[in-house]
Amino acid sequence: MAVTTGKSFVGRFGVHIAVLIFVAIWTVPTLGILVSSLRDKDQIIASGWWNSFASSSQTEAGRLPPASAQVEKDGKFVLEGNIFGDGAARNISAFGVKSAAPTQYTAGTTADLGDGVTLQLNADGSFVMQSPKAFEGERGQRVYYASSAPPKFTTDNYKTVLFSEGIGRSFMNSLTVTIPATVIPILIAAFAAYALAWMRFPGRALLIAVIIGLLVVPLQMSLIPLLKLYNGVGSFFGVPSKTYLGIWLAHTGFGLPFAIYLLRSYIAGLPREIMESARIDGASDFEIFVKIVLPLSFPVLASFAIFQFLWVWNDLLVAMVFLGTEGDQIVLTAKLNALLGSRGGDWEILTTSAFVTIIVPLIVFFSLQRYFVRGLLAGSVKGG
Amino acid sequence: MAAQIFSAIFVIIIGVGGCVAYFWGANKLVDIVFPSRGVKGAAAIDNLRRQGMIRPWLFVGPAMIILTIYLIYPVIETLRLSFLDRGGANFVGLANYQWAFGDREFRNSILNNIIWLAVVPAACTFLGLIIAVLTDKIWWGTIAKSLIFLPLAISFVGASVIWKFIYEYRGEGQTQIGLLNAIIQYFGGQPQVWISLPFWNNFFLMIILIWIQTGFAMVILSSALRGIPEETLEAAVIDGANPFQIFWKIMVPQIWGTIAVVWTTITILVLKVFDIVLTMTNGQWNSQVLANLMFDWMFRGGGDFGRGATIAIIIMIAVIPIMVWNIRQANKETGGH
Repeated sequence: MAVTTGKSFVGRFGVHIAVLIFVAIWTVPTLGILVSSLRDKDQIIASGWWNSFASSSQTEAGRLPPASAQVEKDGKFVLEGNIFGDGAARNISAFGVKSAAPTQYTAGTTADLGDGVTLQLNADGSFVMQSPKAFEGERGQRVYYASSAPPKFTTDNYKTVLFSEGIGRSFMNSLTVTIPATVIPILIAAFAAYALAWMRFPGRALLIAVIIGLLVVPLQMSLIPLLKLYNGVGSFFGVPSKTYLGIWLAHTGFGLPFAIYLLRSYIAGLPREIMESARIDGASDFEIFVKIVLPLSFPVLASFAIFQFLWVWNDLLVAMVFLGTEGDQIVLTAKLNALLGSRGGDWEILTTSAFVTIIVPLIVFFSLQRYFVRGLLAGSVKGG
Repeated sequence: MAAQIFSAIFVIIIGVGGCVAYFWGANKLVDIVFPSRGVKGAAAIDNLRRQGMIRPWLFVGPAMIILTIYLIYPVIETLRLSFLDRGGANFVGLANYQWAFGDREFRNSILNNIIWLAVVPAACTFLGLIIAVLTDKIWWGTIAKSLIFLPLAISFVGASVIWKFIYEYRGEGQTQIGLLNAIIQYFGGQPQVWISLPFWNNFFLMIILIWIQTGFAMVILSSALRGIPEETLEAAVIDGANPFQIFWKIMVPQIWGTIAVVWTTITILVLKVFDIVLTMTNGQWNSQVLANLMFDWMFRGGGDFGRGATIAIIIMIAVIPIMVWNIRQANKETGGH
């Protein structure tokens, strides 16, 4: 492979640049939600996440306290205080009192509002408003100001989504669905795969063909009959139709063709001599399977486990049909989909929730990538 | 929450324990009913033969039962339901199919699915091939491949949120927080609401799937490229072929089979694409696809199982040629083993 392009310096340089561009396109979108999930929620809407390390500036409006807060000092009526209330670390550069000219006066100067009324607004948000006559009215003066805030990173968004938006609960639900739905198919498939690879019985070739055919049957074909079946079973026995047991079995069923296919092709490739010498020594099929085939098949079992884990964790369709779209037991993907509807513009919620949903697959993926790639190469006829 | 963790662990133990107990117990039972040890002569041979007949079915039995309930029965049932009305009680003949081809939304879905099928597998395979070739030449290629591969682990819903954030629109002149509109505004262009632009919005949804699946194509093709004999490339270089000729005339023809596998795998995935459309537009602005339309009809107005089943059958029909091809390939490879 070393003999193709890239003899010249320019050619090699071009390859580096091209790969760099591809890598950027494939990583920047994910980076965007990671950075955003750690930003202050007001800053997310004030500036793009790529500017998150610069101070963000925005024009905002506030209201001074009402007339009841005034004090009389030296024959003048005075309102004093800080427009940010708590004196948060922000920097006002300019202010105004008309929405048409929100940055009419530089911060720190005294603005003449007519009739002898003056307003001074300082960079730190403190203000002094004076008038020869008493202020009236229940609503204070409206003030516009341009402020810039230093970059602010926080883990508050994670606290919010995990504990008050229900993502923490859904996270547990996802684990509850995923782990059994990964473990159960492995055993069932491993026995079937061994029988299909090393035991002789009539109809074996047909069974293999059926399983390869089932590999590509769209999930959509199964949904309606199973939904009817589940509803029927639920009402017959008087139990809920949307249960974890139901979704475990559904994921087991949908994962089995790929599991059997992947495991069979691996187990069929194990050396014949080992099996035969074990058989001559008097081992039964059961003993051969448990003592020889299972330990030797560890890599392919791991591959399938990772596949099934990622597939179940990331699945939305099966979860929505068999667990529903709301309630206490919905999984992360369904919860995220629900949040997209109910919290459409709240990017601090959405980016953080999205990151919580993808973090587990990313960890699994990075720590076990070797097995994942092996499974991918062995089983690339499956439709996902 | 603690109760939930406990019940999950409990179920894993019951489930796995049950499986182990079944296989072990069934195997033991065969040994007891038809003993082959301690019995003499013809009886032992007879029992061994009977064991050999029964045991394979004990091993494949649970898998066959589950496959029958969850895949084989539903395929037949869905076909039957597609000829029945919304509740599945009355036979309506081909009325559901007639409805489908007259329905504006259905025809829109078919058209969009065809566009998806034309664009996504081609784009993924092409980009995957290019990246596989390029990353093979540089020292940090493995890291680059890992990063491009990464979106494959992300759920379609998660990816949809990621890209919705990129397509985010703010009014003209405002600070854009979506990357795409920010770039366009920076260069003096007009920000757009990308996902509601009729027709073109399909492509903005496709980008998400391409972004996810290119890593898959890249990994498979990269391993196929490694399998190309070095001599063929060296011979081409000696004969004075330029890099493009080597790529198109030497490398691509030798991995043609792998390209076909990648292409068909992504094709099946595209036919089933659902999550992305549901979360991005839910079929609004003419972006509907078959799988999402089917989901919609399963629950719309209490659910119309006849129409839902009909749409599923149409997706299935599109998959059948690939299924036949797969079975033929597999038979050729294993030679009936």
